[in-house]
Amino acid sequence: MRTAKLLILVVGIIGLALVATSFERRTVGAQQSKASGGSDRLVVQLCDGETKLEIADARAGEVLPPEKAREVARRMMAAYAEQQAKQVSKWTARDRLTWEREQKRVIEEGYKLFHDWRALGGTIGISCDMCHPDAAATHPETYPKFQTQLKRVATLRDMINWCIENPMKGKPLPPDDPRMIALEAYITSTRKGVPLEPGKH
Amino acid sequence: MWPLKWKKREQEYRRQREEFFEAVKRLNRRDFLKVAGLSAAVFTAKTVVPPHSFQVVDVVRAEPQEKPLFRFAYISDTHLYERELNERFVNAALRAVRDVNALDPPPDFVIFGGDLAQLGQPKELELGKQILSELKVPVKMMVGEHDWFLDMGEKWRELFGPENYSFDHKGVHFIVLMSVNEKDFWTERNMTPMERMLTVAQLDNPIQSRFEVGEEGREWLRRDLAKVSKDTPIIIFSHSPLYKYYRPWNFWTEDAEAIHEMLFPFKSVTVIHGHTHQLLTHRIQNIHFHGMLSTAWPWPYAPEGLPKLTVPMERPDPFDEADGTGWGTVDVHRDGYVDKHYNLWSRNPITVAKAYLESWGKEAIPPAPEFPPY
Ligand code: HEC
Ligand SMILES: [Fe+2]
Ligand SMILES: [Fe+2]
Repeated sequence: MRTAKLLILVVGIIGLALVATSFERRTVGAQQSKASGGSDRLVVQLCDGETKLEIADARAGEVLPPEKAREVARRMMAAYAEQQAKQVSKWTARDRLTWEREQKRVIEEGYKLFHDWRALGGTIGISCDMCHPDAAATHPETYPKFQTQLKRVATLRDMINWCIENPMKGKPLPPDDPRMIALEAYITSTRKGVPLEPGKH
Repeated sequence: MWPLKWKKREQEYRRQREEFFEAVKRLNRRDFLKVAGLSAAVFTAKTVVPPHSFQVVDVVRAEPQEKPLFRFAYISDTHLYERELNERFVNAALRAVRDVNALDPPPDFVIFGGDLAQLGQPKELELGKQILSELKVPVKMMVGEHDWFLDMGEKWRELFGPENYSFDHKGVHFIVLMSVNEKDFWTERNMTPMERMLTVAQLDNPIQSRFEVGEEGREWLRRDLAKVSKDTPIIIFSHSPLYKYYRPWNFWTEDAEAIHEMLFPFKSVTVIHGHTHQLLTHRIQNIHFHGMLSTAWPWPYAPEGLPKLTVPMERPDPFDEADGTGWGTVDVHRDGYVDKHYNLWSRNPITVAKAYLESWGKEAIPPAPEFPPY
């Protein structure tokens, strides 16, 4: 995570000419100007995606000479270090956005697969939604549980694969197949807030 | 495996179980105690907790109230693809036809409950017609949304005739009512006929409109009912349930209330519908409603809106592809109300008796599932 942040920071410095114009939500140290809004000074955004840093001696839109760019980078690093020192949480708004976006993307992918027998390798025209509209009766909250016919305590993945192999006459997916993960994400998203009841039949 | 002693006990138990069910079929009140005794034997012989259906409670229900006037059978929701793509649904449809042909005495006719095809393709509909033509008794056809939305019923009408019609049989007025019209959602979206079909075929697709009989259909119904005396028993076949159960899945008819209004003045009205692929029971005033099973697959019960009178069927076993599917028969009584039999292929048959609906669920209660939907 930390490496990723640093990388973003470096990328941010390279693109220093980039001007952020949206309003600030958090302030950092003394470098931050009180007079926001009307200012035409250069504003750069830190890698948390929230904190903005105003550069007093540079104007918005100005392409910085190398010397000055290095100085700005130094100040950004300092602001970053200061922020890190104060910060309680390791995670930033950008992290949160990323989590939400990725979760949504995978759920949507799962929704598509759930409604598309070809994409799941089915062979007889039957897709999951035909028997499980809105993923009804998939009961992810009840897994793992013993399935007599499988002769063991089975996971949700086992049941997904069972339904791919049997009603859909397809080939089971490897457990780390992105399609399996997407299906799981979609199925469990439909039972959000339902109490866990592993073992329920 | 199991010790021989247990195996023998298991065999004995199975034999007694068979005998018990045979006896149940032939039951009258005098035999009741005898069978109850036999069922007690089943209880002592068993080594596991029995499914609910073994209990004597069900036996009481099996006792007929009065001899019905006549019987018809139903087959519904076969959802046929072409045989090359999917044999499972074809085989299930053939199985239902075989079962109905084996009924002795034969039913007066068979109602087909709609969704003959999966995607309304001419070849699917033709295959369906061919399979149903093996029935030894006449078939009355009803259309489902899967038959309709590729070409808006063109091929279906060519094969089977008009989508709304009525006929009289032994004093009962039967009406087949097209209830799966939808307001145009496709033109503004520039959909191809196949896109329209696929949208409607997806139960949980929120883009489509809600099912309705529609203005023309209601007008047709009004004219048809005008010819019938208010004492004549009426049985209506519709594909969607003619009431409001669960909107997101179109277990629903948008103009249901307007249709009920037309039916309230009649003495006895029964609606038998397809589409929901599950055991369903409902009553609104004088109107009794019954669902039909699908031969292809069962649908889970909707998360809300289940009519209070419905005793749901047990959740199907995912390891048995025939479970929760089947066909059935309907015994019509003199007053027009019916005993509805669900002949589940992998379960004991379930009857929802006229007496159950007439008593608002107090008498002749169908067996409750051990593992209900959740
Ligand atoms: C032909 C019908 C059919 C199809 C298609 C089908 N299933 Fe199922 N599946 C069932 C039935 C029936 C059950 C048992 C439902 C119950 O317990 O209420 C079931 C059970 C499950 C369960 C376990 C539910 C539980 O309560 O234990 C999961 C998970 C599942 N299916 C996922 C899927 C997925 C994912 C697909 C598509 C790859 C799929 N199914 C396709 C019929 C089907
Ligand atoms: Fe159907
Ligand atoms: Fe349908």
